[in-house]
Amino acid sequence: MNAIVKVENVGMTFDTKKGRFVALQNVNLQIRQGEVVSLIGHSGCGKSTLLNLIAGLTLPTSGAMICNGREIAGPGPERAVVFQNHSLLPWLTCFENVHLAVERVFGAKEGKDKLKARTNAALEMVHMSHAAQKMPHEISGGMKQRIGIARAFAMEPKILLMDEPFGALDALTRASLQDELIGVMEKTGATVVMVTHDVDEAVLLSDRVVMMTNGPAATIGEILEVKLAKPRDRLQLAHDPHFAECRGAILEFLYQKQMKKAA
Amino acid sequence: MSTATLTSGLVTVGPDTEAASDTRNDIIVSKQEASMLAAPVTPAPAAEPSVSIGERCGSFLRAVLPPLLGFAFIIGLWALVAMKSADFPGPAKTLDAAITLFSDPFYQNGPNDQGIGWNILSSLKRVAIGFGVAALVGIPMGFIIGRFAFMNSMLEPIISILRPVSPLAWLPIGLMVFKAADPASTWTIFICSIWPMILNTAQGVQRVPQDYLNVARVLNLSEFKIITKILFPSVLPYMLTGIRLSIGTAWLVIVAAEMLTGGVGIGFWVWDEWNNLKVEHIIIAIFVIGIVGLVLEQFLLLIARRFSYGNN
Repeated sequence: MNAIVKVENVGMTFDTKKGRFVALQNVNLQIRQGEVVSLIGHSGCGKSTLLNLIAGLTLPTSGAMICNGREIAGPGPERAVVFQNHSLLPWLTCFENVHLAVERVFGAKEGKDKLKARTNAALEMVHMSHAAQKMPHEISGGMKQRIGIARAFAMEPKILLMDEPFGALDALTRASLQDELIGVMEKTGATVVMVTHDVDEAVLLSDRVVMMTNGPAATIGEILEVKLAKPRDRLQLAHDPHFAECRGAILEFLYQKQMKKAA
Repeated sequence: MSTATLTSGLVTVGPDTEAASDTRNDIIVSKQEASMLAAPVTPAPAAEPSVSIGERCGSFLRAVLPPLLGFAFIIGLWALVAMKSADFPGPAKTLDAAITLFSDPFYQNGPNDQGIGWNILSSLKRVAIGFGVAALVGIPMGFIIGRFAFMNSMLEPIISILRPVSPLAWLPIGLMVFKAADPASTWTIFICSIWPMILNTAQGVQRVPQDYLNVARVLNLSEFKIITKILFPSVLPYMLTGIRLSIGTAWLVIVAAEMLTGGVGIGFWVWDEWNNLKVEHIIIAIFVIGIVGLVLEQFLLLIARRFSYGNN
């Protein structure tokens, strides 16, 4: 298992009106092929900043970011992003939203029929074929996020980045989407980095949970290995001692070691 | 400004009538239930239509009555003023004049005596040309200003100085350049239409949601795709606002410009009728200009509604 993403001594400072703000400092992380990694921490700890750095949407002020043996110099389709607010283009149908991504990645090599088939397969994978010709404002928030996930997976990225993908959804929709995601990850063997603030979600989905200290100058506090067999089933896990152990370890980190002063 | 308040008035009428029809449905249901309880043998539908027609008339009256009252009030006031003054024609005299005028709107007795239809059409033609050229120049310019900060800071001061200038101040320049009245008035329309178009387009480009641009960056879309799939659709509503604003001002300005340049056109016609001392024709012209302006505005609102996407 070789590292597909290497984050080495990365620091990130922003110039704000109040002066320099150090968001991240000395971040070191390696993400292996086929691994699912969660970034968890209190709000403002820079976990989204780290994800944006891996995505290439922002560039680090110090240190090196390497993806697939090359320096990350900007965003690219080999690092697909699922945005928190789905970011579907409201003037395109669900099909067209996914097709836009498929066309960009595979358009040069494959014919029109193949691109259409890819798009339909991606929609099928998240069980949204029935809404292919609907506009985003005609479907629910959970469905929009399914389309967002379909768009990202359809690009067959080297690594999939998710920024609190289910953060804006209600608990029941979130659970069904998590199950959906487990199925999709199982099928594709995708490498995933996910930002979350949900402890259960982190344990349920990840191989490793990266816990971040509070900002400013946040860095990685601890990394927890989740040694639960896959595929995972949330009902069985509810009584699994290792699940409870992992959960306990994260909660301890978040609420004892990194206790946030009353915000 | 007056058209803006008018349309906002029109918009609020919608929900009111909806609410009215809701209560009507409630009433129908309750009546139906009542009749079923009282006499289950008698067919309920028999009672239903009469109630609903009555109620429909009620909601129709509620929608139509206030505007009618408004018009009645203004016409009453007008009649009162006309009675006191010898020069001012009353509503009846104006209506008579309007009937004769509109019975033959497309006559032609030489260049200075043409039907009101020709006058309106030639004004609309000038507005269409001036406005069309302004759109061709202004919208791309808005895109450039919105997309490149350098161009924005370069052109912004110039636009800030020129924008408050009455477009009529540009009329002599137009006369000098084109050596003819007709293109000169089209030129003033061009000048007054271009500012809202540039500024609104630029604003739309600057306000393209960062999320959509991030999507474009992650997908690594080509500049052409960014423009056709992301920039253009999200700027379109702003562009249509600019177009609506500029057609409003263009219609205001054309009257004044034609008064100065002469020829055929509704503005010239107003001035000509003033010289002929036909005040009733001037009043008719005021109504006609107002109605045409309203129709233009409503038409563009209709288009704008077609292209406003539900929020996410």
